[in-house]
Amino acid sequence: MKPLLQVQGVSKRFRGLLAVDKVSFEVPQGGVYAVIGPNGAGKTTLFNMIAGVFMPDGGTVEFNGERIDGLPPNQVCQRGIGRTFQIVRPFPALTVEENVIVGALMKRTDVSMARAHAHDVLRRLDLYDKRSQRASSMTLPDRKRLEVARALATDPKLLLLDEVMAGLRPTETDRMVSILKELNSDSGLTILLIEHVMRAVMALAQHIVVLHHGANIAEGAPADVVRDKAVIDSYLGAESV
Amino acid sequence: MIARLIDGVPTRALILLFLLLASAICAPLFASDYLLTILILIFYFAYTGQAWNIMMGFAGQLSLGHALYVGLGAYTAAALFVHFGIAPWLGLLIGVPIAGAVGAFIGFLAFRFRVGGVYFAILTIAFAEFARVGFDHFAWTAGSSGLFLPVKQYSGNNLWTLRGEPVMFYYVLLAATVAAFIGCRMLLQSRIGYFWMAIREDEEAARAAGIDTFRYKMIAVVISAAMTSFAGVVYAFYYNNLFPEQVFHISRSIEIILGPIVGGIGTLFGPILGAFVLTGLAEVLTEGLHALGIDIPGAKQVFYGICLLFVIMALPDGVWPWVKRRLGLTERRS
Amino acid sequence: MSFEIYLNVAIAGILTGLVYGLMALGLSVIFGVVRVVNFAHGEMMTVAMYIAVTLFAALKLDPLLMLAPIAVVLFAFGYLLQKSVINPFITRPEHSQFLLLVAVAIILVNVQLILFGPDAQNVQTSYAYDSYQIGTVIVDATKTYAALAALVVATALFCFFRYTTLGTAIRACADNYTGALVVGLDVKHLYALTFGLGAACVGAAGVMLILIVDVTPALGPAYTLLAFVIVITGGLGSMPGALLGGVLIGLTEAMAGLLFTPSAKSMFAFGILVLVLLFRPQGILGKRSA
Repeated sequence: MKPLLQVQGVSKRFRGLLAVDKVSFEVPQGGVYAVIGPNGAGKTTLFNMIAGVFMPDGGTVEFNGERIDGLPPNQVCQRGIGRTFQIVRPFPALTVEENVIVGALMKRTDVSMARAHAHDVLRRLDLYDKRSQRASSMTLPDRKRLEVARALATDPKLLLLDEVMAGLRPTETDRMVSILKELNSDSGLTILLIEHVMRAVMALAQHIVVLHHGANIAEGAPADVVRDKAVIDSYLGAESV
Repeated sequence: MIARLIDGVPTRALILLFLLLASAICAPLFASDYLLTILILIFYFAYTGQAWNIMMGFAGQLSLGHALYVGLGAYTAAALFVHFGIAPWLGLLIGVPIAGAVGAFIGFLAFRFRVGGVYFAILTIAFAEFARVGFDHFAWTAGSSGLFLPVKQYSGNNLWTLRGEPVMFYYVLLAATVAAFIGCRMLLQSRIGYFWMAIREDEEAARAAGIDTFRYKMIAVVISAAMTSFAGVVYAFYYNNLFPEQVFHISRSIEIILGPIVGGIGTLFGPILGAFVLTGLAEVLTEGLHALGIDIPGAKQVFYGICLLFVIMALPDGVWPWVKRRLGLTERRS
Repeated sequence: MSFEIYLNVAIAGILTGLVYGLMALGLSVIFGVVRVVNFAHGEMMTVAMYIAVTLFAALKLDPLLMLAPIAVVLFAFGYLLQKSVINPFITRPEHSQFLLLVAVAIILVNVQLILFGPDAQNVQTSYAYDSYQIGTVIVDATKTYAALAALVVATALFCFFRYTTLGTAIRACADNYTGALVVGLDVKHLYALTFGLGAACVGAAGVMLILIVDVTPALGPAYTLLAFVIVITGGLGSMPGALLGGVLIGLTEAMAGLLFTPSAKSMFAFGILVLVLLFRPQGILGKRSA
């Protein structure tokens, strides 16, 4: 079977600095994959190329059998890729419910149907009781879940999560991990996440891609990757110091 | 549909709204000529403020050149009437699309070339200035010497040709304000309204949520421009004279936007309340200074400016959110 | 028309443009650091013009001699305005700041109207009709003095930002607000100083401009717009850009007045603005921000 997401040799250069260097990997339908690597390794740039924020300088991104590199973000989202931002950006003056309705309206024209769908999503993410709060008045863990909820409301086939665990306490991390696991097992949602919190990565990911200086230096099952010498030297080793 | 319109609105608010509308309808029965002209001015600003609010309050695009659309509507309808005797309601069918098309043109340039924020605002000023100088040299509309509509003593009010007494203009503008209020409420509750608010709050996040931001910003500009131009038609037939120097002047654009900002940007009632507060304030100042025997040109505006300064310093979100809290009119949540 | 006429008009336009440039420099400095668009900029300039007119009428003080004192007065005005009214607004949204400065502008225009009336006023210096002849080119003396003074003030300001500790501190604020707070800079004070400097610039420009144009209260809003056009053309926040934009707009206005009709000259200035916004939104000398 063809993979859901196929990234082939994508590169991106910023003013001479090679941020992403010919990275290739695939994510199969229903998989939970993680991209790890030290700060500045090019993870977010890679995400932004998949999500349509940046056009790759070279290489291709294929999603669901169709090339999506060069499409604007809204069309990438229409094709079925939902994303969160590393620095959360819910719509601050809107309520939690309104935030999620915006997402739900992408595939729905009727507001009351979108609201019903938003309520479903909010329940899944334990945000239903806070639906009338303004997004700007929420705590960071809540806002992180709100971002996931908004992305999820667009009915994506693939969810791109950019460090949704960062800044969360361990109990919050576990809560997020179990929510994501449930989404993956219940509805077969494919997830690709950038993550620094190894505890979450090990608990969630079936497969890990390691980026360093923009290049893909290792890839494989979590247990193998964490024993990889290059990975320990470049990333995990530095982390444990 | 009515059920959906009033969904979530507290009963008290509905009653207040009804009383307000009833008194507005009855007002001409009791109001003096002087008061009526002020009420006409108030509803003119309430309506144009509502139209401007669609662009800025809903979709977050700051226009400082809305006098352009007023002027386009006014000049088109007036020139067609003067030259061909075409009634304003037919002239409207030409003037409104022209304003909408010009709005679309400006929006297209700005959004395609990613002109945003302060730069966008200044671009809108630039086009209004273009129009001001352009119309100064446009012979068909009599250039800078001004376009005058024929004024005769009218025995009755002719709604079709908009020739008649102030009271007719009052009802036309009141109807327009009510229609704009309801229309904006419907827009805000619809898919488009949600998308606009998302764009206003965070354009990049809106795009990530699948919204074609270019398209929805364009819709906002076109609707806002077209709505505003209707006020221009009424303006032309009410004042009966048009000078580019006055109609397109930046101070006209600023007058339009003061109401909604003071009243509460992005709210439905803000533009209306703002129009009442500001126009009322201006008249109170005129009367007050007159009573004190102060008759210096500019004195009124100085006080007006000072009051404006205090209002925005004290109530950064506008008067309406504050009044709303005072009246206990927070929305019910379903 | 002969070539000399074009050349004369072009030179006059460039000289006036340098004064415009100094005016716009004030706007650019304020925006570059405080991130507030001064919608009362032209109105602040007419304040300086009226001070110069009054001093000249009462005491026969030459505007060029009063340049520094009037700039100091405007500095104080700008400093106090920022400190008392604008500082609380620096974190508010753009439209809110805009409204604040519109209110300030309304007050300034109308106070001027009350004090000086609606009629145009000017100063009649002894050198008002002097001119230099260089070959076939005739250069207006007042415009030359005004342009030279504008260059001197602009250079002084440039040196201040480049070579003094205070100037460096202000640039640090402009680059990184939070960073400046963290290292213990009194940002609000520096903002007020910057606004004062911007006001002093426009004040100095006003004093020179009174040699060239008559002042009315209505001049303020028109020059506010002109300052926007210049600053955006040259590059918002770029100091050489403001001067270059001023020269370009001054030249355009002069040529448009000559080739078409003087009343259409602002149309050409705005035409340039639109082209710049579309094709080089950061301005001619501006840096592209992310």
